[in-house]
Amino acid sequence: MSSTTPALELRDLSVGYRTLGVEQLVLRGVSFAIAPGETYGLVGESGCGKSTAAFAALRALARNGFISGGRVLVDGQDVTDLDPAGLRQLRLTKVSMVYQDPGRALNPSMTVARQIAEVYEAVGVRRADALERAEAMLVKVRIPGTGRVMTAFPHQLSGGMQQRVVIAMALAKNPKLLVLDEPTTGLDATVEAEVLDLIEALKQEFATSVLFISHNLAIIERMCDRIGVLYAGSLVEEGVGADLLARPLHPYTMRLLRCLPAAGRRKSDGRLDTIPGFLPPLGSIRTGCVFTPRCDFADAVCRTDAPGPTRVGSQMACCHHIDRATASGRNSLDLAVPVPPTAASFGRPALQVSGVSKTFHVGSHALRAVTDVSLTLRTGETLGLVGESGSGKTTLARLLLGLTAPDPGGRIELDGQPVAGQAKRRSRADQKALQIVFQNPDSALNRSHTVRHLIERSLSRLGGLFGRQRSERLMALVSAVRLTERHLSMRPRQLSGGLKQRVAIARAFAGDPRVVICDEPTSALDVSVQAAILNLLADLQSTAGVSYVFISHDLGVVRYLSDRIAVLYLGRIMEIGPAEDVFNGPHHPYTEALLSAVPDLAELHNGERTARIRLSGEMPSPLAPPPGCVFNSRCPRKIGAICETTEPTLPADADHAIRCHLSREALGRRGGAPPVAADQRYAPVSA
Amino acid sequence: MTGATTLAVADAGLPSTAAHTDPATEPLAAAPSRIGRLLRSGSFMVGAAIVLFWVFCALFGPFVVPYDPYSDDLLNTLAMPSAAHWFGTDQIGRDILSRVIVGAGPILSVAPLATLLATAAGTTLGLLTGYVGGWLDSLIGRLIEVLLALPLIVVALLVLVALGPSSTTVIGVIGIIFTPLIARTVRSAVLSERSLDYVAAAELRGEGALHIMFVEILPNVLPPILVETTVRLGYAIFTVASLSFLGFGIQPPSADWGLAISENYGLMTGGYWWTVSFAAGATASLVVGVNLVADGIQAALE
Amino acid sequence: MLSRFARQAGRRLSLSLLTLALLSVVVFAGAQLLPGDVGRAILGPLADPEAVAAINHEVGADRPAIETYFAWIGNFLTGDMGRSYTFRSPVAPFIGGALANSLKLAAVVFVIVVPLSIGAGVFAAMRAGRWPDRVISVVSLSLTVIPEFVSSIALILVLGIWLRWLPISAATRPGTPALEQLRHLILPALPLVIVLFGYIARMARAGTLEALDSDYTRTAVLKGLPQRTVIFRHVLGNALLPTITVVAAQVGYMIGGLVVVESLFRYQGIGSLILTAARGKDFPMLEAGILTVGAIFVATTLMADTLYTVLNPRLREAGGR
Repeated sequence: MSSTTPALELRDLSVGYRTLGVEQLVLRGVSFAIAPGETYGLVGESGCGKSTAAFAALRALARNGFISGGRVLVDGQDVTDLDPAGLRQLRLTKVSMVYQDPGRALNPSMTVARQIAEVYEAVGVRRADALERAEAMLVKVRIPGTGRVMTAFPHQLSGGMQQRVVIAMALAKNPKLLVLDEPTTGLDATVEAEVLDLIEALKQEFATSVLFISHNLAIIERMCDRIGVLYAGSLVEEGVGADLLARPLHPYTMRLLRCLPAAGRRKSDGRLDTIPGFLPPLGSIRTGCVFTPRCDFADAVCRTDAPGPTRVGSQMACCHHIDRATASGRNSLDLAVPVPPTAASFGRPALQVSGVSKTFHVGSHALRAVTDVSLTLRTGETLGLVGESGSGKTTLARLLLGLTAPDPGGRIELDGQPVAGQAKRRSRADQKALQIVFQNPDSALNRSHTVRHLIERSLSRLGGLFGRQRSERLMALVSAVRLTERHLSMRPRQLSGGLKQRVAIARAFAGDPRVVICDEPTSALDVSVQAAILNLLADLQSTAGVSYVFISHDLGVVRYLSDRIAVLYLGRIMEIGPAEDVFNGPHHPYTEALLSAVPDLAELHNGERTARIRLSGEMPSPLAPPPGCVFNSRCPRKIGAICETTEPTLPADADHAIRCHLSREALGRRGGAPPVAADQRYAPVSA
Repeated sequence: MTGATTLAVADAGLPSTAAHTDPATEPLAAAPSRIGRLLRSGSFMVGAAIVLFWVFCALFGPFVVPYDPYSDDLLNTLAMPSAAHWFGTDQIGRDILSRVIVGAGPILSVAPLATLLATAAGTTLGLLTGYVGGWLDSLIGRLIEVLLALPLIVVALLVLVALGPSSTTVIGVIGIIFTPLIARTVRSAVLSERSLDYVAAAELRGEGALHIMFVEILPNVLPPILVETTVRLGYAIFTVASLSFLGFGIQPPSADWGLAISENYGLMTGGYWWTVSFAAGATASLVVGVNLVADGIQAALE
Repeated sequence: MLSRFARQAGRRLSLSLLTLALLSVVVFAGAQLLPGDVGRAILGPLADPEAVAAINHEVGADRPAIETYFAWIGNFLTGDMGRSYTFRSPVAPFIGGALANSLKLAAVVFVIVVPLSIGAGVFAAMRAGRWPDRVISVVSLSLTVIPEFVSSIALILVLGIWLRWLPISAATRPGTPALEQLRHLILPALPLVIVLFGYIARMARAGTLEALDSDYTRTAVLKGLPQRTVIFRHVLGNALLPTITVVAAQVGYMIGGLVVVESLFRYQGIGSLILTAARGKDFPMLEAGILTVGAIFVATTLMADTLYTVLNPRLREAGGR
C-alpha cells in the first residue's frame, strides 16, 4: 500500500436496518476518505447516522443492519465482502474502535491487565511478554500507578481512567485506523479535556488515522483536520475544520451553527436561531435534497433532484443553492434577532438561602453533599449553577424544592418568609411558587397520562383552577410554550424530546411560580432543539418575571441564560457573581480550569486561543474531602501550606465572591497566562 | 445487497438494537400495537386456543357431556376406550370423557380466584413497600423471605392439615402464598418507577401518597403485574392440581383431574392406562396453554 | 477488604438465622391452628376422655403456646425433635434417614439437570431468534409448568410399563448394589429434571443473551479475538455467574416437588415423610420435617450468595468508587 492510500474510504455507502420486516436506509450514498495520519470528524445531531457510519467502517453493524450499496475500504482493502476470517484479521491488525461508555466497554469480570494483554496474545505474543507490553501501553496513556491499575477490575477505576484503558486497548495493535465514537460524552468537562489532550498526543505518537464522531461542534473543530456534516443519513458538507465552521456553505450547517449559544451570546443580545420543523423520519425522503422541508432556500429543484457535491475551495457541499445561501449572510454568527432589552434592574429577593447543608449517611460514613450554601435570587433573575458531577448541584436543587430535607440550621426563604424543609410540609402557596423543569422529560412526565391530564392536574393542584377557567388557562399555557391543541390528547411517548420538554415547562408554569429550577433542561436535546427551549425559557421569563435557578454543565448555555453564576465544587460554592465577571475574571482557579477545559467556538471567531489549564488528579470523594481548601488537591495555583490547612471563606457581602486564599490580583483572567508550564500537566503522580 | 451478516462471531452477533433506536422525530405511526403483536404471535394464539377450549368445557361441560360424569355403571367398569366410551370408563364405570370435560370446572374456578386474590393483595403490598419504603419495607420484606423459604406445597400442606381441605381453604392458602411473590415483582417495578422524576413532580404538586401510588405509579406497573398474574395463574393450576393429587385439594366426588389421577394411578401397572392418561393430558395442556399465553403477553409488552 | 467481606458474611448469616427463627414461629403457629384439641383429633371422637387428656398433657397442648414454643424449639436445637404421634417414637431418626434418601435423589436430579439446562440455554442464546432457539424456548417453557405427577404418569407409562427400560419403584431392598440403586432413582428424578430444566435453561439463555448484547462483548469481537475466546472468556464468564443463585434457589422448590414424586414412587424421603405426617396429623413429625426443609433452603441460599460474592469481582471488593 502506498503512503497515500486512504486509511478509510467510504464510496457511495448506503446502510439500512431491518426492523419488523421493514427496511429503512440510515445512510444514503455517503462518500469520504481519511488520509494516513489525518483526523476526520463526523458531526451531526442524533439520528443522523454517524454511529452507523462508524460501525460500518469496521463492518460491525447491529444484527439487523445491512450494507445496501457502496464500498468501505480500509487501507485500500474492501471490507464489504470479507469472509469472517478476513474480517477478524482486519480487526486484529488494522482497525480499532472506542465508544461512548467506557464502563460498559470493559469486561467487568476481567482485570485490566488481562484485557489489554489478550490483544497481544491474539497475534501470538507469549503471556508474559503480553503483560509486559500491556503495562507499557498503560504508561503511554498516562495512567499513574500502572501496577495498581493492571490488577484492578474496571469498576475500581474512574470514568476517565476507564476510557484511557479502552484507548490503550485500541492502540495496542497499532492500528491504521482508530474510530472514536463520542469518546468523551458522559465524562466531566475537566476529565474530558484530559482525555482529548491524550488523544491528540497519541495521534502524533502512533501516526494513526482517526475517524472522530461527535455531536459537539467545538470538540470536533478542536480535534479534527477535516469535518464532515451528516444530516438525515447524507453527508451535506465537508471541509477543513476552521474554514467550514467560519464559512459554512450548506444551509443546514449555517443553521446548526447559529443554534449554538456560543461566542459569548447572552439572552439580552437576542434569541438563538432555531431550525424549523423536524428531522424527517427514516426513509421518508426518497427524492431530492434531505434538508428541503426545513430549508429557507428550497425550491422545486430541491424536491426532485438530490444535489451532488459542489466544491468551493477546500470545501464541499451538497446543495443546489450554495450561492444564494452564502450571499444571505446567514453564514455569519453575528446576526442575532434583536429583542427589546429588558431593564437589567432586578426586583427584591425572591429566594434567599442561608447556611444550607445536606449530609447523607452512607453506611457508617457521613457524606456532605452540600456544605453551608448561601445565596440570593432576585425576582426575574437567573442564577446559573455550574459544577461537575459530584459537585452537589442537583442535591442543592432538591434541597430548594424540598425533595430532600436539609440538615438542621439552614434557612430557605421565599419572599422573606421561611419555607418548610420538605415539600409535603410546605403550604400550597409555597409549593406553587417553587417548581422545577427536570433534565429528562421521559422521566419527568408520567407516560400513562395524556398531555392534557399532565398540565390540567397541575392547574388544579397548584393553580386551584377548575372547569372553564382551567380550560382557558390550559389553552393559554399550551400556546405560550408553542404547543398546539393537537398535542393535548397525546401521551409523552408520541412526542419528540423537545415537545416533551415543552410540556414539562408548561406544567412548571401552571401555578404561576416565583422560582423555577431548571435542572439541565436541555442536556438531553440536540442543539437545534436546545436553542428553541432556551428561547422559550428566556421569553417566559421576560413575560412572567419568574426567577430561574439554571443548572447545566454546558458553560455556553449557562452564560446565555444566566445573570449570575455560582460555581460549585464538592458541595461548596467556590465562586458566585455576575455572569460576565465570573466568565471574564478574575476567577477562582477551579472556574478558570473549567472554562479552559471546554473548547469554545467563540475562540475560533475571536481568533484567540486561551492557554489550556488542566487539573491533575481526580475529583476527591465527597466522603473524604481534602482538608483545608477542598480544591487544593487539584489546584494549579496552590500557594502552599495554608491551602492544606485552612479553608478559605466566601465573602458574604461581595457582589462577586471567590473562595480562595489568593488575592484578586493574583487570580486568573480570561486570556491570561497559564499558571503552569504545559508539560507539567502530566507530572507523574508518585505511585 | 452485500453481506447481510456482518460479524466474525457469526452466531454470537452484536446487539440487534445497539445502533439504531433513536430517530429524534415524532414517532407517531411507528410500531404495531401491542394487541397486534399478540395476535401475530403463534405461541400466544395456540395457548389462547387451548385455554379457551377448557374455559368452554368448564362453563358448558355439563350440557354437552355424553354421560352423567358422576353416575357409576358397575357392569361396565374399567372399559377400554371404545366407540361408546371414547376415553373408556373408570373403576366404578363412570365415563372418563365426560369426567375430563367436566373436570375443567373445579380447577378453573379455584386457580383463577386464588390468583385474583393474590394479585389484589400483592399489588397493594408491593405498592406500599415500594413507595413508602423504610421500616415497613424491611419488615414485610423479611416476612416475604420467610414465606419463600418454604416450598409452596409444603406451606399449603401445613395450613390445609390445620384447617381441613376444602375449595375455599385452597383458594385462601394459595392466594396468601402467592401474595408475597406478586408483591415482590410489583415492589421492584415500583422501586424503579419511584426514582423517576414524575413522582418527584407529583410530590412537588402536593399530591398525597394514595394518589401517587394508585394514579401515578400503578398505571405504569400494570404490564409487569399482568405478566406476573398470568404466570402465577399457571403455577396456581399446577399447585391446585398437585394438592388435589395429594388429597389436600379439591375433594371427591368432584371430577377434578388431579383427584382422578390420585384415585386411579395405582391401576396403571395393571395396564389401565386410560384411567389416568386423559386427565394427565388435560392438566398438561391447560398449564402449557396458560404459560404460552403468559409468554406471549410478556413478549408483546417488552 | 477482608473485614468488609467478613462483615457482609456475618450480616448474611444473622439474617438467615432471623429468617429461620421467624420460620419456626410460622410453623409452630400453623400447628396451633388445628381446631379442637390434639388428643381428640388423634384418638377420634369415641376415645376415652382421660386418654385424650393424657395425650394433651403429653404433647403440651394444655400449656400456654409461648411456653410450648420455647420448649419445642429448645429441644429441637439440642436434636430432640419430639415424639411422633403416629409411631410413638422419637422423630429425629426418621428425619435423618429420610433426609439422606432425599439428598440422594436430589443429587441425581442436579447432576442431570444442571449441565443439560445450562448447555441448552447457552446454545439457544447463541442461535437467538432462529429455530433451535424457538424450539428450546417453547419446549422448556412448556415443560417447566407441567406438574410432576402428570409427567410422572407419562414417564411411568412409557419408560416403565411399555418400554420397560427403567424400574418404576424408587425403593430398593437393603444390600442392593449402588449402581442398581442409582438406576431406580432415574425415573423418579426425571419429573423434577423436567420442571427444573425449563427454569434454569431460560435463566441461562437470558444471561447469555445479555452478555452477547453487551458492549464488552462487542469490544472483544472488535479486538479480533477468535470466536472461541470471545464466547468462553467474555460471554460465558459473565453470563453464568448469576445462574449459580438461580440453581441454588431451585433447591427449595425441588423439596416441594419431592413431596409428590416420593409419594408417587414410594420412596422414603423427607417429602413422603412430610406427606405421611400431614395425612396422619402427626404434628411433631410435620413440624420437624418442615423446619428441616426450611433450614436446608436457607442454608443453600446463604451458600449460593456467598459463592456469588466470592466469584464476582464487583462484589468481592469494596470497589474504587
